[in-house]
Amino acid sequence: MSRDEKTLLRKFHQARWDEQIIFEMSVPGERGILVPEAEEEIQLEIGDISNLVPGQLLRRARPGLPEINQMRVNRHYLRLSQETLGADVNLDISQGTCTMKYSPRVQEHTAARNPGITELHPLQEPETVQGILEMYFKLEGFLKEISGMDRFSLQPGGGAHAVFTGASIIRAHHKERGEEQRDEIITTIFSHPCNAAGPATAGFKVITLMPDENGYPDLQALKQAVSDRTAGLFITNPEDTGIYNPQIEEFVRIIHDVGGLAYYDQANANGLLGITRARDAGFDMCHFNVHKTFSAPHGSYGPGLGAIGVCAELEKYLPLPLVDYDGERYSLDMDRPQSVGKIRSFLGNAPITLKAYSWIMQHGDQGLKEAAKVSVMNSNYLEKKVREIPGVVVWYAEGKRRLEQVRYSWEKLYNDTGVGTDDVMRRASDYGVEHFWKSHHPWVVPEPFTLEPCESYSKDDLDEYIAILEQVSREAYADPDFVRNAPYNLPVHKVADPTIDDPERIAVTWRQYCKKREKAMGAK
Amino acid sequence: MSKQVSYPYIPNADPDIKQQMLAEIGVRDVMDLYEEIPARLRYSGVMDIPEPIPDECSLKRHITQLLAKNVNADDYLSFLGAGCYQHYVPAVCDEVNGRGEFLTAYGGDPYADHGRIQALFEYASMMAELLDVDVVSAPLYDGLNAFAKAICMTARINGRREVLIAGNVNPDAVRVTRNYLQGVDQPVLSIRTVNIDHTTGMLDLMDLENKLSPDTAAVCIQNPSYLGTLESQANEIGQMAREAGAEFVVYVNPISLGVIAPPAHYGATITCGDIQPLGMHMQFGGGHGGFIASSGAPLYQEQYADPMFSLTGTVEAGEYGFGVAQYDKTSYGARENANEFTGTGTVLWAITAGVYLALMGPHGMEEIGKTILYKAHYTARKLADIKGIKLRFTGPFFNEFVLDFSSSGKTVAEVNRALLDHKIFGGIDLSKAFPIYGESALYCVTEMMTKDDIGRLVCALGDILTASATHKLEV
Repeated sequence: MSRDEKTLLRKFHQARWDEQIIFEMSVPGERGILVPEAEEEIQLEIGDISNLVPGQLLRRARPGLPEINQMRVNRHYLRLSQETLGADVNLDISQGTCTMKYSPRVQEHTAARNPGITELHPLQEPETVQGILEMYFKLEGFLKEISGMDRFSLQPGGGAHAVFTGASIIRAHHKERGEEQRDEIITTIFSHPCNAAGPATAGFKVITLMPDENGYPDLQALKQAVSDRTAGLFITNPEDTGIYNPQIEEFVRIIHDVGGLAYYDQANANGLLGITRARDAGFDMCHFNVHKTFSAPHGSYGPGLGAIGVCAELEKYLPLPLVDYDGERYSLDMDRPQSVGKIRSFLGNAPITLKAYSWIMQHGDQGLKEAAKVSVMNSNYLEKKVREIPGVVVWYAEGKRRLEQVRYSWEKLYNDTGVGTDDVMRRASDYGVEHFWKSHHPWVVPEPFTLEPCESYSKDDLDEYIAILEQVSREAYADPDFVRNAPYNLPVHKVADPTIDDPERIAVTWRQYCKKREKAMGAK
Repeated sequence: MSKQVSYPYIPNADPDIKQQMLAEIGVRDVMDLYEEIPARLRYSGVMDIPEPIPDECSLKRHITQLLAKNVNADDYLSFLGAGCYQHYVPAVCDEVNGRGEFLTAYGGDPYADHGRIQALFEYASMMAELLDVDVVSAPLYDGLNAFAKAICMTARINGRREVLIAGNVNPDAVRVTRNYLQGVDQPVLSIRTVNIDHTTGMLDLMDLENKLSPDTAAVCIQNPSYLGTLESQANEIGQMAREAGAEFVVYVNPISLGVIAPPAHYGATITCGDIQPLGMHMQFGGGHGGFIASSGAPLYQEQYADPMFSLTGTVEAGEYGFGVAQYDKTSYGARENANEFTGTGTVLWAITAGVYLALMGPHGMEEIGKTILYKAHYTARKLADIKGIKLRFTGPFFNEFVLDFSSSGKTVAEVNRALLDHKIFGGIDLSKAFPIYGESALYCVTEMMTKDDIGRLVCALGDILTASATHKLEV
């Protein structure tokens, strides 16, 4: 049997292995792998190992790790992988604000299997790593072209880390100018939470602008918020709603007029590659999520790479080192006295640099623009169809085109049936798609869901996804409880308490779980 | 006839499909969809990006040729460490992290991503056994960030203003921490360095005594230290910290913990470090992931800034499920009011480290610790026999040690250049970061080295330094 050709729905059931927690598989005496021993001559020459370690530092009892044969370890983890819906195996068009594009296998295989990257030590002499330094330098050049910025660092480990780095640079900039009273950062509620939390960690007070009645960042509110304490603005455009703010230059100008710096969070840049550039709108800094936007996969939640770009004036603050090229050889510039220092070890996540370099090299100027345009077309096609699904509404900006993603709402469905976005999310997965992204907190749009069908997905993929949402909507109107009690076809059933705050119940490790379980049993 | 450009990764770039979809949307041209972007902000140029290499075969050749310009540690013998280590990576580790499901998953909920979350929970659980604590954080960017965040936690725990960091902690960890704690008007915590004894390489307890105060939020050491030494006064340091009401933070190399006591055993209240040694290839520094660990007492547990998964049940009796612990304390739940910002971490490497620990088990971790101790000490002993090389510190060590070349008449840079001719990456040159130790280098030995490999290094260094002596005589 194959997918139903009329309904486009599948009789999907994910693997359900009822797999034990790994400690429950332990059989004393089993071994997963053997370790090379030191040669006999070495052992004889060195003698008793306990003489090499101070008494107080000798481990007295072996760690309580499980003992499992290799086949079973391999089988366990492959079963867990089958109980995971990565973008490779599902229509992951549902992670709005997080571009889940196809990661070409050729890049993955090269990054994971070529010793020319896997076995490189980051502190080798630059002469011995000219190939990887060349990729760093050239990828930086590509990002400069795409953004209009003057210099990039590829050191941060993800988008939020780049935002924190940006806040550190803003702090250094004002400090150097003797304007340390500038302790306020302005952001918007529809910018990613890291645009508030990153600057807060860097020591700033945060002012969050709420949207105006049309869903745009409120220009009047910005005018009231700025002062001589304004250090900078962190903003996304299009915001998480998918709505592009056409007054963005005005936002930047207002910030510049009071002496602040403007940071463009370009995590949502996929629809804009080669279409419009951060620097051209006046921004001083921006970042790209190089994983996602330039095709490196998300790795189950990292490692990532947040490339931070700055205008020439701010270059001196970028983390050290940067990669330089004198026309003959690539080198590391460590002599950067005004740098914010280190953000992460060494040069960051080199394999992601390799993947993004490969992807851009395969597409060129035209290919990048094509990716952007098709991602926006796909989203508009999806939006047209999703708007027709009973129970769906779209807040704000009536009649305006949204770009690469849209924040939708099940508000009407909820009011009609009592089935909310959490319920729809679980039930939709029963048809073989990863849970859709709802919204960051707080939910300004009620019962939200955010879809971003980037350029990777075909029309048929989009039609299947639409059919799934239509089906769940039908089910909700027919039998709300059925949807509320989903899922049914996934590795596990509904979790009664998806967030756990009670200290008596938090169990983030097996030993913590066992202790609390014993305590609870004892109490009974 | 103009050539039709096709994109294997952009299926709807096909003109017929595009036409059909645009008609459905109700626009004629795809650029009409960008009507919200003011014309003056539209980029009309051609980006200065090389002509693309559209076919996979040619692209692969291009990338392979670039990588061939590198010299790697499979072809050369490498004695480089300092936070990134070439250990053996079990094949099952590569098998699991190469699975498309794990490689391409994101942050799905504990239903369709139950397996990913169970693997992550098991990682934390096995790390907890290795570290002998109850709580292990979500996987962070790397060990340096874990160190900075661990210190940040101590400020929230006791509200004090100063942190004491041992002088033999990785200088990059201090750089990351300094920026992390900077603050706008004043630092979250100011940093003071505690001297180390230049003979033993261990902490100067007198200096620690003098610097401890009611302002001290934490005493922080790295064990084994950046310079390789094992801190044999760790118990005393922990005791002094506790008596001053301060936290004791220890940065540890987890691969040492089969033979070396976990920091919790000598009084650490917070342990942190990097998981790269546990099953990750070096990847030019791309294999790192950080961890923070502590007891589960609420005072500690509440300070974690990144979301962790908690084992619970489902509506089906007896079925394991997962929930998110303390979501509202993370910046996803609380934005700027969270403990610290959070974001994408390094879960793929955490899953891999879990596979590594499951394969190794209690015996494997003990054995690898022993093998490393043997081989590192054998190497150090053989090298110290060479004229012109001295072991810089008298204190005990695990996998790394400092060699002093000052009396050889050669700089470390010269020695390392000469070693490259022998296809050997010599130890890391410390002459800039630690000028006080003269021409010194940090050497690392793992279980990968055989007696013959070590012999090759000994011969090469013997040749290089003897040649230098001969050369001088001739002059």
